[in-house]
Amino acid sequence: MTTRDLVFAAVGLLTAAAGLLAVTTRHVVHAALWLLVSLGSLAGCYLVLGQELVGLVQLLVYVGAIVVLVLFALMLTRAPIGPEAQISTPGWQRVVGAVLGAATTALVATLVLPALGPGVVDLDRAPTSTPQVAAAIFGTWVWPFELLSVLLLVALVGAFAVSRLVVADGGRRR
Amino acid sequence: MIHLYLPAGLAALLVGLGVYGMLARRNAVLVLVGVELVLAGASLLLVTAGSRPGSPYAAGPVLTVFVITIAAAEVVVALAVVLLLFRRTGSIDLTQPPDATPDAGSRYSDAPEGAGIPRTVGQDRPVAP
Repeated sequence: MTTRDLVFAAVGLLTAAAGLLAVTTRHVVHAALWLLVSLGSLAGCYLVLGQELVGLVQLLVYVGAIVVLVLFALMLTRAPIGPEAQISTPGWQRVVGAVLGAATTALVATLVLPALGPGVVDLDRAPTSTPQVAAAIFGTWVWPFELLSVLLLVALVGAFAVSRLVVADGGRRR
Repeated sequence: MIHLYLPAGLAALLVGLGVYGMLARRNAVLVLVGVELVLAGASLLLVTAGSRPGSPYAAGPVLTVFVITIAAAEVVVALAVVLLLFRRTGSIDLTQPPDATPDAGSRYSDAPEGAGIPRTVGQDRPVAP
């Protein structure tokens, strides 16, 4: 165990614990707040892995925008304050969900760990520094990058159109 | 120095937690929380794979930034659909059959007049002279 291993284990434990609480808590608003903790500490994982740019983008976009958006959606749909038994499916469905989740974890782990597992990488000299990432985005990846800006515009227009959508009787759109 | 099995294992764990969250929640917004966890696991796996020496084109971090952007677009559209569902049916419980009567949502609507909710059927039909 190296120092970086220990730091990553600590931050990763926080990420996993907050993620577990986000999917199991009975408070609707707490689920969004635990998601905030989980995604924020995932930004810390990116920092430990030596990707400062990705970590900061994660903080800005996920913690700053997406979780706030989820909180707004919870408020606009009149989320109850306090514990609420109705936000989770009945017990047997949760058991099936837990089994399927564990099976997914086992499947991904058995596929990924042999591919990456024995690898020990030296991150003190970062394999891809931020200038390299920037040069790659505006060099190799410039067309996907431009398409992403179109995608964001389409998502903006789409969200606006959906929120104005009126479906009349018989499915006719007005 | 870092052993890559740690971030890879955390990515697998996050994906499993997200799958559980998608299956165990009835509230539509909380199902999205599970989707976000799955996307977080995928991003962490991309960063992990990209941190190996000799990965070409800086693919790991660049694709992670792209995935974060796509996740932002996805969550915006999904929350718009959830809000429309709430305004139409007054509930975002995914296990209930929706109340599809025409003015079911108007009892719960916060929207101002004309913001997408038909108050009554045929309200904006032109009045016969």
